Order: sequence, then structure tokens, then C-alpha cells
Amino acid sequence: MMGSTIVEIRSLTKRFGKLTAVDAMNLDIQEGEIFGLLGPNGAGKTTTISMLSTTLAPTSGKALVARHDVVREQDAVRGAIGIVFQGQSLDTELTAYENLDFHARLYAVGDKETRIKEMLELVGLHKNRDTLVKNFSGGMKRRLEIARGLLHKPKVLFLDEPTLGLDPQTRRHIWEYVKRINREDGVTILLTTHYMEEADYLCGGVAIIDYGRIISLDEPQKLKSRLGETVLDFHVSDADAFCGLLKKNKCKTKKSAVGGRVQVVSSDGEELLPKLVSLAERNGVQVKGVSMHSSTLEDVFMQLTGRTIRDEAGNEKETLRQRFRAMEAKR
Amino acid sequence: MRGVYTIWLRETLRFVRNKSRLVGSMGMPLFFLLFMGTGIGSVIGDSAGGGYTQFMAPGVLGMMLLFGSVFSGLNVVFDKQFGFMKEMLVAPISREAIVLGKALGGATAAMLQAVILLALVYAFGVLEFNVVSLALLIPVMFLISVGFVCVGVAFASKLDDPHGFQLIMNFLIMPLFFLSTAFFPLDNLPPWLKTLSLLDPLTYGVDAMRSILVGQAAFPLWVDVAVLAGFSTLAVLVGARLFKDMKL
Repeated sequence: MMGSTIVEIRSLTKRFGKLTAVDAMNLDIQEGEIFGLLGPNGAGKTTTISMLSTTLAPTSGKALVARHDVVREQDAVRGAIGIVFQGQSLDTELTAYENLDFHARLYAVGDKETRIKEMLELVGLHKNRDTLVKNFSGGMKRRLEIARGLLHKPKVLFLDEPTLGLDPQTRRHIWEYVKRINREDGVTILLTTHYMEEADYLCGGVAIIDYGRIISLDEPQKLKSRLGETVLDFHVSDADAFCGLLKKNKCKTKKSAVGGRVQVVSSDGEELLPKLVSLAERNGVQVKGVSMHSSTLEDVFMQLTGRTIRDEAGNEKETLRQRFRAMEAKR
Repeated sequence: MRGVYTIWLRETLRFVRNKSRLVGSMGMPLFFLLFMGTGIGSVIGDSAGGGYTQFMAPGVLGMMLLFGSVFSGLNVVFDKQFGFMKEMLVAPISREAIVLGKALGGATAAMLQAVILLALVYAFGVLEFNVVSLALLIPVMFLISVGFVCVGVAFASKLDDPHGFQLIMNFLIMPLFFLSTAFFPLDNLPPWLKTLSLLDPLTYGVDAMRSILVGQAAFPLWVDVAVLAGFSTLAVLVGARLFKDMKL
């Protein structure tokens, strides 16, 4: 399955007035893979998905999905993709079956009864076939949306924040379904998320994006190992002084935006920890606390941007607006 | 065509399922007919042979169609708010097909309401009609409702808030209704009011239905139908245009 490029993005740009939401993005996604766009709210993830799914016109640049141009061949692109939007998009006044039936008719799915049955079984909702969607839980709605996105056998499935706002257990379930449909249907999946562990668990390839640009692109494992095996989180009385000390000792560090917190990345954290503590004490920097963990994508993001990806439910438009205001204020 | 039918099917299914909307929509027209018709009729007396209630009945029918149609634009606002619009917009069907499906779905709902009202009016003995007049009436009702559904869709494409939509629609609907000669004939109006009434598309709808049901009319039936057809076509075009430019 692997090998041929199914999503091809070339200098794709979207500006909203003066704000550049997606900035000359280049990206190739291979057939059959699960690829993740990882970044904080307002990074341009949903804007990218909107352009790829033909609902938003790019300002410049181009993108091919299943070898069709997203601007010039909209109908062909729409027929080749399935999409699960960030917000809910089911008709809650209709039953699960009716929602799928509607979709099957819109996409002219052949032998729709069989296909609907298959999909409902795949996401474990066949027992709720005739329940009105308004009586579904958040997780059930998401599963139904995934089933709907797959109903017409798309070549590429877009999942925009598929587990946003779901509880950890439901999130796990959704992950399993996503893995399963990728394995069984062979469908290429492009998902956006700001949950590090989601990208880590699901994705073969990850692009970390921030302010509309890809700042790092690789397999999750490689991104992490490039960073170092372990991460030490120091909480100290004087972050600046401590960073100065670390720099003299040639440590890979990053001062966090949160006051007094300094992150040190290393391949031998266990040996380094006591050394650094005594180094700090000798130079009059008080260590209030230290924690050590093996590096995560969160740390990778932190090292690249100096910020954390906050786990907040947010609407991209609003965050973009805030970014815009911040930009204006700087002038 | 596939898209048009699918969108129509959903609109109709939702309407049929929503019994409270169906029953609720009957209230206003019946009150108008029963209370206003009888009340005003008692003041002005039996002017045109059939009584004031009979004169008013086609007007109330027009009101039913107007209200039912314009407010089906509300579905567009709700679809935007509840996200279902996205599902339709990424489907491999044209925007025109969506608007046409919505227009036909809304028209079906409005006409169903009107037909039920017509049956009630018949049962109360206010109006008498036969199969021929019914056959003439259906296309007229269709033109009225398709036109006004598209007016609703046009506004709904620009508005995101259901409450705002309802408020603005009331500003639009009430004058359209009062000016439509539903309550009074066109003949004796002062010039300014007459001009306004002549500009109201619903005037021609009410006039057409009155000529079919009661046999009174200000214009020949073909003039009414021609004006209605022109209005509906224009409304579909404008509705489709604004819908295409819609921002989510």
C-alpha cells in the first residue's frame, strides 16, 4: 500500500486579512498511512483541513488530494474524501441509520444497505441503528461520524480533532477504531490533534505545526529520540541564573513560559540529575522540585517553540482572532 | 437530481416527524379566520355575497404559505449552527442542488400545512371547492411557497443566529402579509397603500387563490400566475447566489 503520494501540498497559504493562518506549507502524505498534524489551537490545522476538503479556498499555493486539485477539481476531491469535522455535524433529529442513509444517497453509494450495516458494525453501533442521534453520547456521535466518513469508501479520511472533549476511556476506544479502519479498509488518514499522546499512539508520521508553519516533520519515535531520552523538569528560584549555569555546562535547555520552570533534555537523565542539583545549590539557586520522565511529543514541541500545547477545547477561529490581536498590538 | 431529491427527503422527513410544528402552525390562521373573520365580518356586514370570512379565507391560506415557507429558512440557520451544513457542503453535489432541495422541501412542508388548513376550512363550511379548483390551486401554492422559501434561504445564508433570523423575518413577513390584500380588497385603497400592495408578491398569490376559490379577483388569473412565476424564479436565483457565497 505504501509508496505513492496521496496528499500533496505545495506552498499552500491562507491569509485572513493581514493574518497568515497557513504559511507556505509543503507536505506529502503517503497512501495507507495515518498522518498527524500536531499543534496548538490556532496553529492552522483546521484551516489546512478546510482547504484540503474544498470548503475554503487557498490564498495561494496548491494541493492535490487523490491526485485531484482542490481548487479546480472540487467534485472529484469531494467524492474521494471522507471527513469528520471538529464540531458535531450529525442531524440529531434523525436516527443513526437515517444519517447514514442520507450520506449514502448524497454520495451515490452502491448497495447502500449492506454498506451501512457493515459500517454500523465496524463502529459498534448496530444495536443503536434506529435510535435518534440526539439520544447518543458524545463518543457514540463521534463513532457514527467516523462510520459516516467511511461509508462511501473514501481514499483519504480527514479527522479534525477526533477526540476533542471526549473522556479518556472513550478516547481510547476511538483510537482503536481509527487503527482498525486504517488496517482493514486501508484508508489513508490525516488527523489533526493537539493531544500529544494521540499523535504518538496513532500516527506513523507527524508534522508539528505552529503559526501556520511546519516546524518539524518525522515519525513520532524519531522526533522524540532526536530530542533525547529523558526530560528533567526543574522548578527553581531563579530560572535565568539556572539557565546561565546550564549553558556553561553545555546542557540542552529550554526555559518555560511558566515562571521558575526550566526543562533539561538529556540522554542520561539519571546521572545528570544529582549533578545539576548540586551545581545549582553551589551557585545559590534554590531547587524547589525536579521531575524526570521519558521524552514525549509535548517536550519536542516545548523544545521547538518554548511553549506548551495547552489542553484546552478551543475554536480555531477565536484563537486565530487572538493571534491577530496580539500581532496588531506588537506594532 | 440525486442531490435535490436527497435534500428534499431529509427536509420532508424532519417536517413530518415534527408534529408539534404541524399542529402549532395551524393555530394562528384558524384564530384569524374564526375570530377576526367573524368579528370584522359582523361590522362590515355581508358585502360580497359570501361573507367576510369567505373573502378572508384565501388570504389566511396565503399567510400560512408565507409563514411556513419563510421560516423553513430557519432550518438553514439551524443546519449551520448544529454543523450539519458542513456535511452537505463537502458532499459531491452542487450548491444549486442543495438550494433547490431545500426550496422543494420547504415548499412541500408549507403546502402540506396549507392543504390541511384548506380541509379544515372546507369542513367548517367556509369555502366550497371541487377537484378542478384544487388542481388549479396546487401549482399556485407551489409558486408562492418556492418563492418565499428562497427568500428565507437568502436571509438565512447571511445570518447565523436563529433569534436574529426570526426577528428580521417578522419585520419582513408582517408587512408582506398585511399588504397582501388578505383582509381588504385592492379597489378602494388610497394610492400609496395600493402601490405598496401591488409591489407585494403575495398580493398576486392571494388574488390567484381568491379567484380560484371564491371567484373574486383584482387581476386575471394568468397575470397573477405570471407575476408569481417571475417572483419565484428571481427568488430561487437570488437564494442560490447568496447561499453559494455563504460563510460558515
